[in-house]
Amino acid sequence: MIDVVLDNIVKTYNKNKIPAVNDVSFSVGKGELFGLIGPDGAGKTSIFRILTTLLLADSGTASVNGLDVVKDYKKIRSKVGYMPGRFSLYQDLTVEENLRFFATIFNTSIAANYDLIKDIYVQIEPFKDRRAGKLSGGMKQKLALCCALIHRPTVLFLDEPTTGVDTVSRKEFWEMLQRLKHQGITILVSTPYMDEATLCERIALMQSGTIMSIDTPQNITKQFPDNLYAIRAKNMSKLLNDLRHSRFVKSSFAFGEFHHITLKEENTNEQLVKEMREHGNEEINMTIAMPTIEDCFIKLMNNDK
Amino acid sequence: MTNDIVIHTEKLTKRFGDFIATNEITFDVYSGEIFGFLGANGAGKTTAMKMLCGLSRPSSGNATIAGYDIYTGTEKIKKNIGYMSQKFSLYEDLTVMENIEFFGGIYGLTKRILKEKGQSLVETLGMQREAKKLVGDLPLGWKQKLSFSVAILHEPKIVFLDEPTGGVDPITRRQFWDLIYDAADKGITVFVTTHYMDEAEYCNRITMMVDGVIKALDSPTKLKQQFSATTMDEVFFELARGAKRKAD
Repeated sequence: MIDVVLDNIVKTYNKNKIPAVNDVSFSVGKGELFGLIGPDGAGKTSIFRILTTLLLADSGTASVNGLDVVKDYKKIRSKVGYMPGRFSLYQDLTVEENLRFFATIFNTSIAANYDLIKDIYVQIEPFKDRRAGKLSGGMKQKLALCCALIHRPTVLFLDEPTTGVDTVSRKEFWEMLQRLKHQGITILVSTPYMDEATLCERIALMQSGTIMSIDTPQNITKQFPDNLYAIRAKNMSKLLNDLRHSRFVKSSFAFGEFHHITLKEENTNEQLVKEMREHGNEEINMTIAMPTIEDCFIKLMNNDK
Repeated sequence: MTNDIVIHTEKLTKRFGDFIATNEITFDVYSGEIFGFLGANGAGKTTAMKMLCGLSRPSSGNATIAGYDIYTGTEKIKKNIGYMSQKFSLYEDLTVMENIEFFGGIYGLTKRILKEKGQSLVETLGMQREAKKLVGDLPLGWKQKLSFSVAILHEPKIVFLDEPTGGVDPITRRQFWDLIYDAADKGITVFVTTHYMDEAEYCNRITMMVDGVIKALDSPTKLKQQFSATTMDEVFFELARGAKRKAD
Protein backbone atom coordinates (compact mmCIF):
# COMPACT_ATOMS: atom_id res chain seq x y z
CA MET A 1 0.00 0.00 0.00
CA ILE A 2 1.23 3.44 -0.97
CA ASP A 3 0.18 6.44 1.09
CA VAL A 4 1.98 9.36 -0.54
CA VAL A 5 2.90 9.78 -4.20
CA LEU A 6 4.67 12.66 -5.94
CA ASP A 7 4.96 12.57 -9.70
CA ASN A 8 7.24 15.08 -11.46
CA ILE A 9 6.38 17.90 -9.07
CA VAL A 10 7.76 21.31 -10.07
CA LYS A 11 7.36 24.47 -8.01
CA THR A 12 8.89 27.87 -8.61
CA TYR A 13 8.43 31.17 -6.79
CA ASN A 14 8.60 34.78 -7.84
CA LYS A 15 7.23 34.34 -11.38
CA ASN A 16 9.33 31.27 -12.23
CA LYS A 17 12.50 33.02 -11.10
CA ILE A 18 13.27 30.94 -8.02
CA PRO A 19 13.04 27.16 -8.54
CA ALA A 20 12.07 25.49 -5.25
CA VAL A 21 11.17 21.94 -6.28
CA ASN A 22 12.64 20.62 -9.49
CA ASP A 23 10.84 17.62 -10.99
CA VAL A 24 10.61 15.56 -7.82
CA SER A 25 9.04 12.10 -7.76
CA PHE A 26 8.87 9.59 -4.92
CA SER A 27 6.39 7.55 -2.96
CA VAL A 28 5.97 6.60 0.68
CA GLY A 29 4.46 3.29 1.77
CA LYS A 30 1.74 2.90 4.38
CA GLY A 31 3.20 2.95 7.88
CA GLU A 32 6.61 4.00 6.64
CA LEU A 33 8.87 6.50 8.41
CA PHE A 34 10.30 8.51 5.54
CA GLY A 35 12.82 11.33 5.89
CA LEU A 36 13.56 14.34 3.67
CA ILE A 37 17.14 15.24 4.52
CA GLY A 38 18.69 18.50 3.38
CA PRO A 39 19.69 22.05 4.27
CA ASP A 40 17.52 25.19 4.06
CA GLY A 41 16.49 25.82 0.46
CA ALA A 42 16.42 22.11 -0.44
CA GLY A 43 12.67 22.27 -1.15
CA LYS A 44 11.49 20.31 1.88
CA THR A 45 8.89 22.80 3.09
CA SER A 46 7.47 23.36 -0.42
CA ILE A 47 6.94 19.60 -0.75
CA PHE A 48 5.18 19.47 2.62
CA ARG A 49 2.94 22.38 1.70
CA ILE A 50 2.03 20.82 -1.64
CA LEU A 51 1.17 17.49 0.02
CA THR A 52 -0.89 19.16 2.75
CA THR A 53 -2.83 21.06 0.00
CA LEU A 54 -1.62 24.46 1.16
CA LEU A 55 0.33 25.21 -2.01
CA LEU A 56 -0.28 24.43 -5.67
CA ALA A 57 2.52 22.91 -7.73
CA ASP A 58 3.33 24.49 -11.12
CA SER A 59 3.18 21.06 -12.72
CA GLY A 60 3.13 17.39 -11.81
CA THR A 61 0.68 15.44 -9.68
CA ALA A 62 0.61 14.27 -6.11
CA SER A 63 -1.69 12.22 -3.93
CA VAL A 64 -2.12 11.38 -0.27
CA ASN A 65 -4.10 8.32 0.80
CA GLY A 66 -5.02 7.85 -2.87
CA LEU A 67 -6.60 11.33 -2.95
CA ASP A 68 -5.46 14.00 -5.40
CA VAL A 69 -3.95 17.08 -3.73
CA VAL A 70 -5.82 19.46 -6.04
CA LYS A 71 -9.21 17.80 -6.61
CA ASP A 72 -9.65 16.19 -3.20
CA TYR A 73 -7.99 18.78 -1.04
CA LYS A 74 -10.84 18.98 1.48
CA LYS A 75 -10.78 15.24 2.12
CA ILE A 76 -7.01 15.26 2.51
CA ARG A 77 -7.16 18.06 5.06
CA SER A 78 -9.40 16.01 7.33
CA LYS A 79 -7.08 13.01 7.17
CA VAL A 80 -3.56 14.32 7.59
CA GLY A 81 -1.69 15.87 10.48
CA TYR A 82 0.78 18.69 9.82
CA MET A 83 3.35 20.20 12.12
CA PRO A 84 4.91 23.19 10.34
CA GLY A 85 8.48 24.26 10.93
CA ARG A 86 7.34 27.46 12.57
CA PHE A 87 5.31 27.17 15.81
CA SER A 88 1.75 27.76 14.62
CA LEU A 89 -0.53 27.14 17.57
CA TYR A 90 -2.54 29.86 19.31
CA GLN A 91 -0.07 31.56 21.64
CA ASP A 92 -2.80 33.11 23.77
CA LEU A 93 -4.72 29.88 24.33
CA THR A 94 -3.58 27.49 27.04
CA VAL A 95 -2.08 24.07 26.33
CA GLU A 96 -5.39 22.35 26.96
CA GLU A 97 -7.42 24.94 25.04
CA ASN A 98 -5.22 24.50 21.98
CA LEU A 99 -5.63 20.75 22.08
CA ARG A 100 -9.39 20.97 22.56
CA PHE A 101 -9.63 23.53 19.75
CA PHE A 102 -7.91 21.24 17.25
CA ALA A 103 -9.92 18.21 18.40
CA THR A 104 -13.17 20.14 17.93
CA ILE A 105 -12.19 21.43 14.47
CA PHE A 106 -11.78 17.82 13.39
CA ASN A 107 -15.11 16.79 14.96
CA THR A 108 -13.57 14.68 17.67
CA SER A 109 -12.63 14.99 21.32
CA ILE A 110 -9.45 14.71 23.36
CA ALA A 111 -10.92 11.69 25.14
CA ALA A 112 -11.64 9.80 21.89
CA ASN A 113 -8.00 9.70 20.81
CA TYR A 114 -6.26 10.17 24.12
CA ASP A 115 -4.46 6.79 23.87
CA LEU A 116 -2.55 8.05 20.82
CA ILE A 117 -1.13 11.17 22.48
CA LYS A 118 -1.00 9.95 26.09
CA ASP A 119 2.77 9.26 26.17
CA ILE A 120 3.53 12.75 24.87
CA TYR A 121 0.75 14.68 26.58
CA VAL A 122 1.59 13.49 30.10
CA GLN A 123 4.90 15.32 29.75
CA ILE A 124 3.19 18.69 29.20
CA GLU A 125 0.05 18.03 31.27
CA PRO A 126 1.51 19.70 34.40
CA PHE A 127 1.45 22.92 32.35
CA LYS A 128 -1.99 22.45 30.77
CA ASP A 129 -3.22 25.81 32.09
CA ARG A 130 -0.21 27.72 30.77
CA ARG A 131 -0.55 29.77 27.59
CA ALA A 132 1.16 28.13 24.64
CA GLY A 133 3.20 31.28 24.00
CA LYS A 134 4.80 30.93 27.43
CA LEU A 135 6.05 27.37 26.88
CA SER A 136 9.68 26.43 26.31
CA GLY A 137 10.83 25.25 22.87
CA GLY A 138 10.76 21.57 23.80
CA MET A 139 7.28 21.80 25.27
CA LYS A 140 5.91 23.78 22.32
CA GLN A 141 7.20 21.04 20.07
CA LYS A 142 5.41 18.35 22.11
CA LEU A 143 2.15 20.33 22.17
CA ALA A 144 2.33 20.89 18.41
CA LEU A 145 2.79 17.15 17.89
CA CYS A 146 -0.22 16.41 20.12
CA CYS A 147 -2.37 18.88 18.16
CA ALA A 148 -1.27 17.32 14.86
CA LEU A 149 -2.24 13.88 16.16
CA ILE A 150 -5.49 14.53 18.00
CA HIS A 151 -7.73 13.56 15.05
CA ARG A 152 -5.78 10.30 14.52
CA PRO A 153 -4.37 11.19 11.08
CA THR A 154 -3.40 8.50 8.60
CA VAL A 155 -0.37 10.46 7.45
CA LEU A 156 1.71 12.77 9.64
CA PHE A 157 3.82 15.56 8.10
CA LEU A 158 6.55 16.93 10.36
CA ASP A 159 8.56 19.82 8.94
CA GLU A 160 11.89 20.14 10.77
CA PRO A 161 10.48 19.21 14.18
CA THR A 162 13.95 19.06 15.78
CA THR A 163 15.63 22.16 14.35
CA GLY A 164 17.25 24.24 17.08
CA VAL A 165 16.45 21.59 19.67
CA ASP A 166 19.26 20.20 21.83
CA THR A 167 20.51 16.68 21.36
CA VAL A 168 18.76 15.21 24.43
CA SER A 169 15.33 16.52 23.37
CA ARG A 170 16.02 15.42 19.80
CA LYS A 171 16.61 11.83 20.97
CA GLU A 172 13.36 11.90 22.96
CA PHE A 173 11.47 13.21 19.95
CA TRP A 174 12.68 10.45 17.68
CA GLU A 175 11.71 7.84 20.28
CA MET A 176 8.18 9.32 20.18
CA LEU A 177 8.14 8.99 16.38
CA GLN A 178 9.15 5.33 16.56
CA ARG A 179 6.21 4.67 18.90
CA LEU A 180 3.79 6.47 16.55
CA LYS A 181 5.08 4.45 13.65
CA HIS A 182 4.18 1.28 15.52
CA GLN A 183 0.61 2.58 15.71
CA GLY A 184 0.54 2.34 11.91
CA ILE A 185 0.77 6.07 11.13
CA THR A 186 2.70 6.98 7.98
CA ILE A 187 5.26 9.63 8.85
CA LEU A 188 7.01 12.08 6.55
CA VAL A 189 9.64 14.04 8.44
CA SER A 190 12.25 16.55 7.32
CA THR A 191 15.50 17.46 9.03
CA PRO A 192 18.73 19.33 8.35
CA TYR A 193 20.56 17.06 10.83
CA MET A 194 22.25 14.29 8.87
CA ASP A 195 22.69 12.10 11.95
CA GLU A 196 18.91 11.76 12.22
CA ALA A 197 18.71 10.15 8.78
CA THR A 198 19.61 6.71 10.13
CA LEU A 199 16.49 6.80 12.31
CA CYS A 200 14.26 6.73 9.20
CA GLU A 201 13.39 3.63 7.18
CA ARG A 202 13.98 5.38 3.88
CA ILE A 203 15.36 8.81 3.11
CA ALA A 204 15.65 11.26 0.23
CA LEU A 205 18.80 13.39 0.27
CA MET A 206 17.78 16.78 -1.12
CA GLN A 207 19.67 19.83 -2.27
CA SER A 208 18.38 22.89 -4.17
CA GLY A 209 15.03 21.35 -5.07
CA THR A 210 16.44 18.07 -6.35
CA ILE A 211 16.64 14.58 -4.89
CA MET A 212 20.27 13.44 -5.07
CA SER A 213 19.64 9.97 -3.69
CA ILE A 214 16.69 7.99 -2.34
CA ASP A 215 17.00 4.68 -0.51
CA THR A 216 17.37 3.13 2.93
CA PRO A 217 20.11 4.85 4.97
CA GLN A 218 22.08 1.56 4.96
CA ASN A 219 22.00 1.28 1.16
CA ILE A 220 23.01 4.90 0.71
CA THR A 221 26.07 4.55 2.92
CA LYS A 222 26.90 1.22 1.23
CA GLN A 223 27.01 2.99 -2.12
CA PHE A 224 29.81 5.32 -1.04
CA PRO A 225 32.25 4.62 -3.89
CA ASP A 226 35.66 4.97 -2.23
CA ASN A 227 37.42 3.75 0.86
CA LEU A 228 37.00 6.40 3.50
CA TYR A 229 39.74 7.15 6.03
CA ALA A 230 39.71 9.05 9.30
CA ILE A 231 42.94 10.87 10.03
CA ARG A 232 44.04 13.04 12.92
CA ALA A 233 47.16 14.75 14.18
CA LYS A 234 48.15 17.15 16.92
CA ASN A 235 47.36 20.30 14.95
CA MET A 236 44.12 19.59 13.09
CA SER A 237 43.84 22.83 11.10
CA LYS A 238 47.41 22.48 9.81
CA LEU A 239 46.75 18.83 8.92
CA LEU A 240 43.63 19.77 6.96
CA ASN A 241 45.51 22.41 5.03
CA ASP A 242 48.33 19.95 4.21
CA LEU A 243 45.82 17.26 3.17
CA ARG A 244 44.14 19.69 0.77
CA HIS A 245 47.46 20.20 -0.99
CA SER A 246 48.58 16.56 -1.02
CA ARG A 247 48.87 14.79 -4.37
CA PHE A 248 47.57 11.54 -2.81
CA VAL A 249 44.30 13.00 -1.56
CA LYS A 250 41.10 13.03 -3.61
CA SER A 251 38.80 14.63 -1.03
CA SER A 252 39.31 15.92 2.49
CA PHE A 253 37.12 17.65 5.01
CA ALA A 254 36.81 18.12 8.76
CA PHE A 255 34.60 15.59 10.48
CA GLY A 256 34.42 16.08 14.23
CA GLU A 257 37.62 14.94 15.94
CA PHE A 258 38.96 13.49 12.65
CA HIS A 259 39.32 14.64 9.08
CA HIS A 260 37.66 12.33 6.56
CA ILE A 261 39.61 11.69 3.37
CA THR A 262 39.52 9.55 0.24
CA LEU A 263 42.61 8.72 -1.78
CA LYS A 264 43.26 9.05 -5.51
CA GLU A 265 44.85 5.60 -5.46
CA GLU A 266 44.49 2.83 -2.92
CA ASN A 267 47.51 1.61 -0.95
CA THR A 268 49.05 5.05 -0.75
CA ASN A 269 48.19 5.36 2.97
CA GLU A 270 51.75 4.98 4.15
CA GLN A 271 53.09 7.43 1.59
CA LEU A 272 50.48 9.95 2.68
CA VAL A 273 51.29 9.57 6.38
CA LYS A 274 55.00 9.94 5.54
CA GLU A 275 54.28 13.10 3.54
CA MET A 276 52.21 14.57 6.36
CA ARG A 277 55.02 13.80 8.83
CA GLU A 278 57.51 15.54 6.53
CA HIS A 279 55.28 18.61 6.62
CA GLY A 280 55.72 18.72 10.38
CA ASN A 281 52.51 17.02 11.51
CA GLU A 282 52.86 15.13 14.77
CA GLU A 283 50.99 12.22 16.37
CA ILE A 284 49.39 11.20 13.08
CA ASN A 285 46.77 8.47 13.27
CA MET A 286 44.99 7.16 10.16
CA THR A 287 42.32 4.44 10.16
CA ILE A 288 39.63 3.21 7.80
CA ALA A 289 36.22 4.74 8.58
CA MET A 290 32.62 3.81 7.91
CA PRO A 291 30.93 6.42 5.69
CA THR A 292 28.01 8.24 7.33
CA ILE A 293 25.03 9.86 5.61
CA GLU A 294 26.84 13.20 5.89
CA ASP A 295 29.86 11.78 4.01
CA CYS A 296 27.50 10.59 1.27
CA PHE A 297 25.72 13.94 1.18
CA ILE A 298 28.99 15.82 0.72
CA LYS A 299 30.08 13.36 -1.97
CA LEU A 300 26.79 13.79 -3.85
CA MET A 301 27.00 17.59 -3.60
CA ASN A 302 30.51 17.53 -5.05
CA ASN A 303 29.34 15.29 -7.92
CA ASP A 304 26.92 18.00 -8.97
CA LYS A 305 29.61 20.63 -9.35
CA MET B 1 45.82 31.23 20.90
CA THR B 2 47.77 33.15 23.58
CA ASN B 3 47.69 33.47 27.35
CA ASP B 4 46.06 36.91 27.28
CA ILE B 5 42.67 36.79 28.92
CA VAL B 6 39.96 38.58 26.92
CA ILE B 7 36.90 37.37 28.81
CA HIS B 8 37.06 37.00 32.56
CA THR B 9 33.95 36.24 34.61
CA GLU B 10 33.61 35.70 38.33
CA LYS B 11 30.40 34.31 39.82
CA LEU B 12 28.42 36.08 37.11
CA THR B 13 24.73 35.76 37.93
CA LYS B 14 21.43 36.84 36.39
CA ARG B 15 18.14 36.51 38.23
CA PHE B 16 14.66 37.10 36.86
CA GLY B 17 12.54 37.27 40.03
CA ASP B 18 13.00 33.92 41.79
CA PHE B 19 14.45 32.35 38.68
CA ILE B 20 18.24 32.15 38.46
CA ALA B 21 18.92 32.01 34.72
CA THR B 22 22.71 32.10 35.06
CA ASN B 23 24.11 31.01 38.40
CA GLU B 24 27.59 32.13 39.47
CA ILE B 25 29.47 31.25 36.31
CA THR B 26 33.24 31.70 36.47
CA PHE B 27 35.57 31.22 33.50
CA ASP B 28 38.34 32.78 31.40
CA VAL B 29 38.66 32.88 27.62
CA TYR B 30 42.00 33.54 25.95
CA SER B 31 42.90 35.73 23.01
CA GLY B 32 42.56 33.85 19.70
CA GLU B 33 40.77 30.95 21.34
CA ILE B 34 37.79 29.17 19.77
CA PHE B 35 35.55 28.77 22.78
CA GLY B 36 32.46 26.55 22.45
CA PHE B 37 29.51 27.47 24.63
CA LEU B 38 27.18 24.48 24.80
CA GLY B 39 24.14 23.47 26.76
CA ALA B 40 20.61 22.15 26.48
CA ASN B 41 17.73 24.48 25.58
CA GLY B 42 17.06 26.59 28.63
CA ALA B 43 20.45 26.06 30.24
CA GLY B 44 21.08 29.82 30.38
CA LYS B 45 23.36 30.28 27.35
CA THR B 46 21.45 33.17 25.77
CA THR B 47 21.21 35.04 29.08
CA ALA B 48 24.96 34.62 29.64
CA MET B 49 25.77 35.76 26.10
CA LYS B 50 23.58 38.86 26.46
CA MET B 51 25.49 39.83 29.60
CA LEU B 52 28.87 39.22 27.97
CA CYS B 53 27.86 41.45 25.03
CA GLY B 54 26.92 44.28 27.38
CA LEU B 55 23.22 44.01 26.55
CA SER B 56 21.97 42.77 29.89
CA ARG B 57 23.08 43.94 33.32
CA PRO B 58 24.15 41.11 35.66
CA SER B 59 22.38 40.72 39.02
CA SER B 60 25.68 39.99 40.72
CA GLY B 61 29.24 38.89 40.07
CA ASN B 62 31.99 40.52 38.03
CA ALA B 63 33.30 40.32 34.51
CA THR B 64 35.72 42.01 32.18
CA ILE B 65 35.13 41.76 28.44
CA ALA B 66 37.87 42.88 26.04
CA GLY B 67 39.35 44.81 28.95
CA TYR B 68 36.15 46.65 29.92
CA ASP B 69 33.97 46.26 32.98
CA ILE B 70 30.62 44.57 32.39
CA TYR B 71 28.76 47.18 34.53
CA THR B 72 30.44 50.41 33.61
CA GLY B 73 31.99 49.73 30.22
CA THR B 74 29.07 48.35 28.20
CA GLU B 75 29.40 50.89 25.39
CA LYS B 76 33.14 50.19 25.08
CA ILE B 77 32.40 46.45 25.11
CA LYS B 78 29.95 46.81 22.23
CA LYS B 79 32.57 48.62 20.14
CA ASN B 80 35.13 45.88 20.73
CA ILE B 81 33.04 42.84 19.95
CA GLY B 82 31.30 41.46 16.90
CA TYR B 83 28.02 39.55 17.01
CA MET B 84 26.30 37.23 14.60
CA SER B 85 23.30 34.95 15.04
CA GLN B 86 21.40 32.62 12.78
CA LYS B 87 18.34 34.84 13.02
CA PHE B 88 19.80 38.30 12.67
CA SER B 89 21.49 38.32 9.35
CA LEU B 90 21.98 41.35 7.13
CA TYR B 91 19.60 43.75 5.44
CA GLU B 92 18.01 41.69 2.68
CA ASP B 93 17.03 44.71 0.59
CA LEU B 94 20.52 46.19 0.54
CA THR B 95 23.25 44.87 -1.73
CA VAL B 96 26.31 43.00 -0.48
CA MET B 97 28.43 46.15 -0.73
CA GLU B 98 25.78 48.38 0.86
CA ASN B 99 25.57 46.03 3.84
CA ILE B 100 29.34 46.12 4.26
CA GLU B 101 29.32 49.93 4.11
CA PHE B 102 26.35 50.21 6.47
CA PHE B 103 27.70 47.96 9.20
CA GLY B 104 31.27 49.18 8.80
CA GLY B 105 29.98 52.74 9.06
CA ILE B 106 28.11 51.96 12.28
CA TYR B 107 31.37 50.73 13.77
CA GLY B 108 33.04 54.00 12.77
CA LEU B 109 35.20 52.83 9.86
CA THR B 110 36.10 55.65 7.46
CA LYS B 111 34.97 55.65 3.83
CA ARG B 112 38.49 55.00 2.60
CA ILE B 113 39.06 52.02 4.90
CA LEU B 114 35.59 50.71 4.11
CA LYS B 115 36.30 50.77 0.41
CA GLU B 116 39.56 48.84 0.83
CA LYS B 117 38.10 46.36 3.29
CA GLY B 118 34.95 45.90 1.27
CA GLN B 119 36.93 45.04 -1.86
CA SER B 120 39.22 42.58 -0.15
CA LEU B 121 36.34 40.96 1.72
CA VAL B 122 34.35 40.42 -1.46
CA GLU B 123 37.46 38.93 -3.09
CA THR B 124 38.25 36.61 -0.19
CA LEU B 125 34.70 35.29 -0.25
CA GLY B 126 34.78 34.93 -4.02
CA MET B 127 31.71 37.14 -4.32
CA GLN B 128 32.93 39.72 -6.84
CA ARG B 129 30.03 38.93 -9.16
CA GLU B 130 27.51 39.24 -6.33
CA ALA B 131 28.82 42.50 -4.85
CA LYS B 132 25.97 44.53 -6.36
CA LYS B 133 23.28 41.92 -5.77
CA LEU B 134 20.67 42.20 -3.04
CA VAL B 135 21.56 40.10 -0.04
CA GLY B 136 18.03 38.66 -0.08
CA ASP B 137 18.80 36.95 -3.39
CA LEU B 138 21.84 35.08 -2.06
CA PRO B 139 21.73 31.44 -0.90
CA LEU B 140 21.65 31.00 2.89
CA GLY B 141 25.20 29.68 3.09
CA TRP B 142 26.58 32.80 1.39
CA LYS B 143 24.52 35.05 3.63
CA GLN B 144 25.97 33.38 6.69
CA LYS B 145 29.54 33.66 5.43
CA LEU B 146 29.01 37.31 4.53
CA SER B 147 27.30 37.97 7.83
CA PHE B 148 30.29 36.55 9.72
CA SER B 149 32.76 38.60 7.69
CA VAL B 150 30.75 41.75 8.34
CA ALA B 151 30.68 40.95 12.07
CA ILE B 152 34.50 41.01 12.18
CA LEU B 153 35.00 43.88 9.71
CA HIS B 154 35.93 46.31 12.50
CA GLU B 155 38.52 43.82 13.80
CA PRO B 156 36.92 43.25 17.18
CA LYS B 157 38.77 41.46 19.97
CA ILE B 158 35.94 38.95 20.34
CA VAL B 159 33.22 37.70 18.02
CA PHE B 160 30.10 36.07 19.45
CA LEU B 161 28.43 33.51 17.16
CA ASP B 162 25.00 32.22 18.16
CA GLU B 163 24.28 29.01 16.21
CA PRO B 164 25.88 30.37 13.06
CA THR B 165 25.53 27.18 11.01
CA GLY B 166 21.92 26.19 11.69
CA GLY B 167 20.18 24.90 8.54
CA VAL B 168 23.30 25.26 6.38
CA ASP B 169 24.45 22.43 4.06
CA PRO B 170 27.38 20.24 5.18
CA ILE B 171 29.91 21.71 2.75
CA THR B 172 29.08 25.35 3.55
CA ARG B 173 29.12 24.46 7.25
CA ARG B 174 32.74 23.39 6.85
CA GLN B 175 33.65 26.45 4.79
CA PHE B 176 32.19 28.51 7.60
CA TRP B 177 34.55 26.83 10.05
CA ASP B 178 37.47 27.68 7.77
CA LEU B 179 36.50 31.33 8.24
CA ILE B 180 36.36 30.81 12.01
CA TYR B 181 39.87 29.31 12.00
CA ASP B 182 41.17 32.24 9.91
CA ALA B 183 39.70 34.73 12.36
CA ALA B 184 41.20 32.88 15.33
CA ASP B 185 44.60 32.79 13.60
CA LYS B 186 44.39 36.59 13.30
CA GLY B 187 43.94 36.75 17.06
CA ILE B 188 40.17 37.25 17.18
CA THR B 189 38.60 35.26 19.99
CA VAL B 190 35.63 33.22 18.79
CA PHE B 191 32.82 32.53 21.25
CA VAL B 192 30.42 30.11 19.58
CA THR B 193 27.24 28.16 20.36
CA THR B 194 26.11 25.20 18.28
CA HIS B 195 23.81 22.19 18.28
CA TYR B 196 26.15 20.23 16.02
CA MET B 197 28.34 18.06 18.20
CA ASP B 198 30.96 17.54 15.47
CA GLU B 199 31.50 21.32 15.60
CA ALA B 200 32.15 21.07 19.33
CA GLU B 201 35.25 19.10 18.33
CA TYR B 202 36.58 22.08 16.38
CA CYS B 203 36.76 24.27 19.49
CA ASN B 204 39.90 24.66 21.62
CA ARG B 205 37.83 24.42 24.76
CA ILE B 206 34.17 23.86 25.56
CA THR B 207 31.89 24.80 28.41
CA MET B 208 28.80 22.79 29.03
CA MET B 209 26.01 24.63 30.83
CA VAL B 210 23.26 22.76 32.67
CA ASP B 211 20.50 24.50 34.65
CA GLY B 212 22.34 27.81 34.78
CA VAL B 213 25.69 26.50 35.99
CA ILE B 214 28.84 25.43 34.20
CA LYS B 215 28.99 21.66 34.55
CA ALA B 216 32.18 21.10 32.59
CA LEU B 217 34.93 23.14 30.96
CA ASP B 218 37.87 21.65 29.11
CA SER B 219 39.21 20.64 25.71
CA PRO B 220 37.08 18.13 23.75
CA THR B 221 39.74 15.43 24.19
CA LYS B 222 39.93 15.88 27.96
CA LEU B 223 36.14 16.01 28.31
CA LYS B 224 35.83 12.72 26.48
CA GLN B 225 38.45 11.17 28.77
CA GLN B 226 36.73 12.58 31.83
CA PHE B 227 33.39 11.03 30.89
CA SER B 228 34.83 7.86 29.30
CA ALA B 229 33.02 8.80 26.10
CA THR B 230 34.06 8.27 22.48
CA THR B 231 32.14 11.25 21.07
CA MET B 232 31.13 14.72 22.25
CA ASP B 233 27.53 13.64 21.70
CA GLU B 234 27.93 11.13 24.55
CA VAL B 235 29.53 13.77 26.79
CA PHE B 236 26.66 16.14 26.11
CA PHE B 237 24.06 13.46 26.72
CA GLU B 238 25.73 12.40 29.97
CA LEU B 239 25.74 15.98 31.28
CA ALA B 240 22.44 17.28 29.92
CA ARG B 241 20.14 14.38 30.67
CA GLY B 242 20.19 15.25 34.37
CA ALA B 243 18.90 18.74 33.56
CA LYS B 244 15.81 19.80 35.45
CA ARG B 245 15.06 22.92 33.44
CA LYS B 246 13.47 22.70 30.03
CA ALA B 247 12.78 26.36 29.40
CA ASP B 248 14.21 28.25 26.45
